[in-house]
Amino acid sequence: MIRLIEKTPCEALLPVTCGALTLREIVGDRVTSVAPLKGQGAKLATALKKLGLGWPAPNTAIASATAAILWTGRDQAFLIGADPEGLDGLAALTDQSDGWARMRLEGPGAADVLARLVPLDLRGFAPGQAARSQLGHMMAILTAPEKGSFDIMVFRSMAETAVHEIHHAMKAVSARAAL
Amino acid sequence: MRITCPLCGDRDRREFYYYGDAVYADRPAEGAAPEAWDAYLHLRDNPAGETRDLWYHEMGCSAWIEVTRNTVTHAVLATRLLAERGQTGEGGPSGEGEPKPRRKGKPE
Amino acid sequence: MRIAGRGLVDRGTTVGFRFDGREYTGFQGDTLASALLAGGNRLFGRSFKYHRPRGVMTAGSEEPNALVTVGQGARAVPNVRATTQEIFQGLMAQSQNRWPSLGFDAMEVNDLLAPFFSAGFYYKTFMWPRAFWEKLYEPLIRRAAGLGALSGRHNDEPYEKAFAFCDLLVIGAGPAGLMAALTAARAGAEVILADEDARMGGRLLAETEEVGGKPGHAWVAEVLDELGALPNVRLMVRTTVTGAYDGGTFGALERVGLHLANAPADLPRECFWRIVARRAILASGAHERQIAFPLNDRPGIMTAGAVRAYLNRWGVAAGRRVAVFGNNDDAHRTARDLVAAGVEVAALIDVRDDAPQPAGYRLIAGGQVTGTRGRLGLREITVTTPSGEEKIEVDCLAVSGGWNPALHLACHMNGRPAWDEGIAAFVPKPGMVPGLTACGAAAGVMTTAGALADGRRAAEAALSDLGREAAAVDLPQAENGGARIRAFWEVTGGKGRAWLDFANDVTTKDVRLAAQENFRSVEHMKRYTTQGMAPDQGKNSNIAALAVLADATGRAIPETGTTTFRPPYVPVSIAAMGAGGQGAGFAPQRFITSHRASVERGAPMIEAGLWYRPSYFPRPGEKTWREACDREVMAVRQAVGVCDVSTLGKIDIQGRDAARFLDFVYTNTFSSLPVGRVRYGLMLREDGMVLDDGTTARLGETHFLMTTTTAAAGLVMRHLEFVHQAHCPDWDVRMISVTEQWAQFAIAGPRARDLLNSMLLAPLDEGAFPFMGCGGIEIRGVSARLFRISFSGEAGYEIAVPARFGEGLFRDLVARAESMGGAAYGMEALNVLRIEKGFITHAEIHGRTTAFDIGLQGMVSKKKDCIGKAAGERPGLSGPEREQLVGLRPVQPAKGFGAGAHLFEKDAKPVSANDQGYVTSVCWSPTLKTHLGLAFLKNGRARHGEVVRLVDHLRGTDIPCEVVNPVFFDPEGGRARD
Repeated sequence: MIRLIEKTPCEALLPVTCGALTLREIVGDRVTSVAPLKGQGAKLATALKKLGLGWPAPNTAIASATAAILWTGRDQAFLIGADPEGLDGLAALTDQSDGWARMRLEGPGAADVLARLVPLDLRGFAPGQAARSQLGHMMAILTAPEKGSFDIMVFRSMAETAVHEIHHAMKAVSARAAL
Repeated sequence: MRITCPLCGDRDRREFYYYGDAVYADRPAEGAAPEAWDAYLHLRDNPAGETRDLWYHEMGCSAWIEVTRNTVTHAVLATRLLAERGQTGEGGPSGEGEPKPRRKGKPE
Repeated sequence: MRIAGRGLVDRGTTVGFRFDGREYTGFQGDTLASALLAGGNRLFGRSFKYHRPRGVMTAGSEEPNALVTVGQGARAVPNVRATTQEIFQGLMAQSQNRWPSLGFDAMEVNDLLAPFFSAGFYYKTFMWPRAFWEKLYEPLIRRAAGLGALSGRHNDEPYEKAFAFCDLLVIGAGPAGLMAALTAARAGAEVILADEDARMGGRLLAETEEVGGKPGHAWVAEVLDELGALPNVRLMVRTTVTGAYDGGTFGALERVGLHLANAPADLPRECFWRIVARRAILASGAHERQIAFPLNDRPGIMTAGAVRAYLNRWGVAAGRRVAVFGNNDDAHRTARDLVAAGVEVAALIDVRDDAPQPAGYRLIAGGQVTGTRGRLGLREITVTTPSGEEKIEVDCLAVSGGWNPALHLACHMNGRPAWDEGIAAFVPKPGMVPGLTACGAAAGVMTTAGALADGRRAAEAALSDLGREAAAVDLPQAENGGARIRAFWEVTGGKGRAWLDFANDVTTKDVRLAAQENFRSVEHMKRYTTQGMAPDQGKNSNIAALAVLADATGRAIPETGTTTFRPPYVPVSIAAMGAGGQGAGFAPQRFITSHRASVERGAPMIEAGLWYRPSYFPRPGEKTWREACDREVMAVRQAVGVCDVSTLGKIDIQGRDAARFLDFVYTNTFSSLPVGRVRYGLMLREDGMVLDDGTTARLGETHFLMTTTTAAAGLVMRHLEFVHQAHCPDWDVRMISVTEQWAQFAIAGPRARDLLNSMLLAPLDEGAFPFMGCGGIEIRGVSARLFRISFSGEAGYEIAVPARFGEGLFRDLVARAESMGGAAYGMEALNVLRIEKGFITHAEIHGRTTAFDIGLQGMVSKKKDCIGKAAGERPGLSGPEREQLVGLRPVQPAKGFGAGAHLFEKDAKPVSANDQGYVTSVCWSPTLKTHLGLAFLKNGRARHGEVVRLVDHLRGTDIPCEVVNPVFFDPEGGRARD
């Protein structure tokens, strides 16, 4: 039997470009929520080290060449781009690969774009940092692939609104820059 | 207004959901007198000055936070995680203490 | 009239614009006010109440008179201050509050009726007959009195809002603000310098004085060059800080595109900023105040500082023959500047007998202006001295009653300022807004040298608070002459009204009348006279009105007190404050994976919270939603239906204490649920009311999947987190929403299993999936979760796949269902199916119903505690007095009725005293061929079989209904288990 058709959250929505700013979808990575079970924190950290990562402190992200783990809340982190090998029994794991629209905002003024939508000071936001906050009225997770660029995660169902709002802010920032 | 989330740091109040008086965290024990339940559910002080209330970092880390603030000056005086305040009230569901094995086959 | 060689406008760039249809030209750098004054135009508008001709009075955002409408059609912006609107090529401005024209205004008749329009006239005049207020008086008054109006059409222009953060926010870029910003910036602090003007510099642009041995504007340019080159400084020009809020948050309105000809389509017109600053410095300067003398409102009467500003900054003489009237040394500066520029100064009238003797113009010491003439513009003033009365022909009178520190922001958190006798004005006290320090003229320091030093001092204090060391910053040489003043508010001689609040037409007489009628509190006087309630919020009138009230009540000014200053400092357009919230931007839209496929089938998508769900799937020939709905219901009852149920909340709960936790949050027991089984659960609020219901599956020993209703998904997550963190943080429980991860579809109907099997490699193992069973399966190459549960009463399943496969699975399921005589079904059919089965939704569990009310009291376990159990056992939350869930069938099946109708005993009068209950859900049941309703009825479970009267006063319904078991269809439930 033919396998079911796959659709990405931002299909037909991205990429969009505005002046030197671009917003594109990030697809394909496996995303697993990792919540340490009681008393398993140390063992979990060790297991994550074997994956080339570790347990991230609040507001931080740890990245290896191929994977990353982001702090996403109280007793919770998202493992991205790696299988959660060796974490069974140490952490509550859930598959979140399909639950989020992930997109990357790049270009000069990217922080200004998010300053229209996110109530955080993102001017110095850099690799190693992670923030869970809001984008417009949507809960969002932010990381920096490099300084001045942003990886943004919002709930999959809100992809269209998120793209619309970010694109709107991109247009406003570009129009200002062109003055 | 700004609230310092003990985990996320200084944040805009729009990230938080406001619940109400921190009294609501101090649940009477099972079998407590009706007066205790009445006070827990319905009776609230309305101080001009220092007060403690509960906020949920809904857009952020999902922590419930106890905020001590002044209703006259609006100053936020202190914040702490509700989960880390210790047992101040009678608190908790019945059978407090270590989880007990309850059914066959349950791994401990 | 332009003065050659004066001003900072770019005389090389001419700008053409229109005012009331007439063409004018100005220069780049002009405001509408300066360009119109240069063109000899003195008449700008009509006053609010009396429709008196009015001219420009100030040179800033505090302007009370020169309010105009800029732009046309839906994009027109009313009540723009001509003093802040920069001109641009093609600008179109209109005067306001006049008909048919500015020069001839028919409503000027109001001025003749002025004796009837004194303070409180609304309250006295329009009392009777009462019905006339809404229908006649208010519309009439609104039309006669007022400002500019919006078009009433949708404005499609973009506005935006944004967040900014800094160590130090400096509000105002005059000498004090520039010095503060420079001091902090050199020390490396992140500085935002915000100024509401189009050009930074404050009074240094409007005066002829030197700073550091060079013209003031040249020193400003040097400082701005240095600041502009620093990466830690953000200069925000055209940005008015509008409010001080808690936690170091400030609101600010930036004019982004409103001053541009042909602004790009995507460029926001305005931006509303929320600036979070660790420290702030208020360097907002001061406002010059008027003196209340008879007929002091004629076009051509201006503040002395404004006359200087138009001369020195814009190269415009406000008149050909000017008089100056003042009570302080600063007034003399105006006369000196005018004389130096070659403008004739007829006289300087100083109320002080000991006024300094000038050179180059005539001084009338100890004199007062006691009258004026000139209908559409000043022609003559009357000056009275102890020796007699003199009439002087002038077309401009520059008035200085002293300066009021612009301390508004310092008072926004309810702080009260202190009276400073030396400058006869209120000054801010330290600490009124935490972290904010006033400096310069805003703090009552009225010399340039003083302001520079005070700015540096304030910045050094802020740096010290921020833990930074201040770098050395030299103070430039600047003017340091003390400006002596004699407090003087009101000319009591002469004939005619003396205005205090020009914008709202409030005179000294009104304030005295208020005092006489015992509105002696300043707050009462304000509301009785409307003084200070106009767009300028009393910036031009508060202190003088207070002084008049103090005099009328025999009190000192500080004793009389001030009114409250509230944000915003200047009017803020709702478009800016609400930017991003237009149309669909009001809230996020959540789309299910089958959205596109549903829309392709013509399904109207209706809102369910933030989600959009298909209402029904119309087929050709179906004329109404009911036809589609009835067909979909019968498809489920007779064949198979497919429905997207992804919006239901799904919460993954794991941990050694997960079962124990569920026992605590649900009324019933989950620790006894076997792995691979699903159980219906009821959740209460702590006060005993039903919070939510849903099914929870046990996926493993320590792993559960809870479902919530769509409406309560967020609420339940918050509740579970609260219960865990507040009551049992030590329990090993971890939870996370997986709602978005899974696309879930109900497959319901007698052929549900056939449909499912058609997609599996091998037929479903019946033993593994009994009724209320769950587990993993593989469907078309994808790992899925299957739950044998039913919300329709038919045999059915819900199948969940990772969301990426949702659309593909939905299309396949529907195609297969249709080939089997089934259909996709939407919210309408879903609702009918569940009403036929008596299943509840949030129409029934609306926050005021208990487990007893819905007949589920048996689900509250007696063996354990749970949230809401203790409160739910209170007397009054159960028993015959409670309204209990029942079914309703109309005695005549075809008689429909609506939710919200009320129930009465058969022969009772349908009034609220006889109310027996109400209807929560209704439908036409195609299965049972009758209308049905779910309702709450007093003691309802004991009244099955009784006929009650159902009355809906709104819809005019009054029909008899039989009270029945709420499970109308298949009450034994055999179909679902089949």
